[in-house]
Amino acid sequence: MPTSTDTDCVIRLDSLSMVYPTKSGGTVQALDDVSLSVRGGEFISIVGPSGCGKSTLLRIIMGLSRQTSGRVTFGPSEDTHRNQLGMVFQQPLLLPWRTVRKNLLMSPDLHRARDAATRAKADELLVMLGLEEFGDRYPNELSGGMQQRVGIGRALMHDPRILLMDEPFGALDAMTRDQMGLDLLKIWDQDRKTVLFVTHSIPEAVLLADRVVVMTPRPGRLADVVDVALPRPRRLENINTPEFGEIVLKIRKLLDSEHSAH
Amino acid sequence: MSTSTKRHAAEREAPEGEPVEAPARPGTPVRGRRRRVPEITYSVLVFLGLLVVWQVVVKLFDVSTILVPAPTAVAGSLVDGFQDGSLMTHSVVTLKEILLGFGIAVGSALVSAVLITQFRPVERVLFPLLILTQTIPKVAMAPLLIVWFGIGISSKVLTVALIAFFPLLINAVLGFRSAAHEQVEMLRSFGASRAQVMRHLQIPSALPHIFAGLEVAVILSVTGAVVAEFVGSSEGLGYLIQASNFTLDVARTFAVIVVLSAIGIALHAVVVRLGKWLVFWTATPTETAGEV
Repeated sequence: MPTSTDTDCVIRLDSLSMVYPTKSGGTVQALDDVSLSVRGGEFISIVGPSGCGKSTLLRIIMGLSRQTSGRVTFGPSEDTHRNQLGMVFQQPLLLPWRTVRKNLLMSPDLHRARDAATRAKADELLVMLGLEEFGDRYPNELSGGMQQRVGIGRALMHDPRILLMDEPFGALDAMTRDQMGLDLLKIWDQDRKTVLFVTHSIPEAVLLADRVVVMTPRPGRLADVVDVALPRPRRLENINTPEFGEIVLKIRKLLDSEHSAH
Repeated sequence: MSTSTKRHAAEREAPEGEPVEAPARPGTPVRGRRRRVPEITYSVLVFLGLLVVWQVVVKLFDVSTILVPAPTAVAGSLVDGFQDGSLMTHSVVTLKEILLGFGIAVGSALVSAVLITQFRPVERVLFPLLILTQTIPKVAMAPLLIVWFGIGISSKVLTVALIAFFPLLINAVLGFRSAAHEQVEMLRSFGASRAQVMRHLQIPSALPHIFAGLEVAVILSVTGAVVAEFVGSSEGLGYLIQASNFTLDVARTFAVIVVLSAIGIALHAVVVRLGKWLVFWTATPTETAGEV
């Protein structure tokens, strides 16, 4: 049960575990006893090597997978539901037969809620994402970075309170990736949604987040949660500061020690 | 919609190509246009050349008209056939058989494909049986269908439907399964129901595959109708071929083959056009606009 001190907690994970059956008849423990409280408006990065269950964690929160044991609760009030979640995937996953604007309008279309207000919201998002000239284009006319912007815009369309991002910039080249991260921070700064951001890149995790959740592989466990007490707004130059380097080093050591322990 | 996206593509292509080609060939309009037109012209020229060779060989070596008539004789027979109305009436009969049979095949194949892909038990029971029956040469069923359904149009329609059904079904099943799992999850994350996933993702994803099947099936339909008419009929182009063969009017046989080819080409063109119009997104170039 959430305690009284957790009034601003929006997601609470209670000893989540996830066991997959494998084809050879065995089992794989993807997540083992993961507990975490996420405060409203917090930007949390989740780092860890491949196969540490980072994506599984997001999928469980989103309701795309069901955990073997443990609980996910949304707070603070009872009206917080899964429809207040928005998810951005590693691939843009745009529908090629829909224009950029219609891809943004995916969620209202599914809930038969496309009206003047949602269309205005889509136009607003196009401007915010720097895609105002591309509203009537089709996805295959856009670059990878632009497509992923549409993917982010699509998740923001129904104005979710919580944004789940599963390696959203993983498929982009390094320069595009840095720029997208900074753009994401700008968007986030406007209304401070709660963000859970899964990534492979430690510097990316540190640059974006208030707290970095470090996970270890097989079974996916929570090694530690590292606070990132760097001032905002963050810039790319932050990467070269000693404070930044220290945090990155701390996370790297955490990952290494867990690695050698096996 | 498709025209607008293609225009954008052309606009982007032009400035890219010009600096490379401008020094070598000043005043060149658009790269693609220079090459595409001659290709078609060459095909037509080669075809006309073959006709001329055919004509010359037949006349020069005095080939019997019972074996191979000259192109001019075939053309004459074509004109005669359309003038006395016989080619037209028989064409209408065959076309009717093709369209009805093809329509039945499309409808039943699409419904079966949806059932197979949406319901596991249906797939488990039905799909092996369908694969099994697919190995039967459908043409071999034509005599049976004539025995069961008579010498009239229904036996031909069913032969056509039977022949066109399988390539359509296989392609449609592949098509309905072609949507990426990640795309399904994306829609589910927005709260899409199963029917909405079908409508917004699986049906559009299936279209390219369905049209690949339609292209094969429409040509098979023509074959099916002619074969069924061979087996037993009193009208239609297949009947006309048999009748003209019986009277050794080989020019007429060739004329009917020309008409059948024309029907096949026309129907295929309609399917291809419809496909390009509906499945516009795969036709657009995959090149991207400048990075971010």
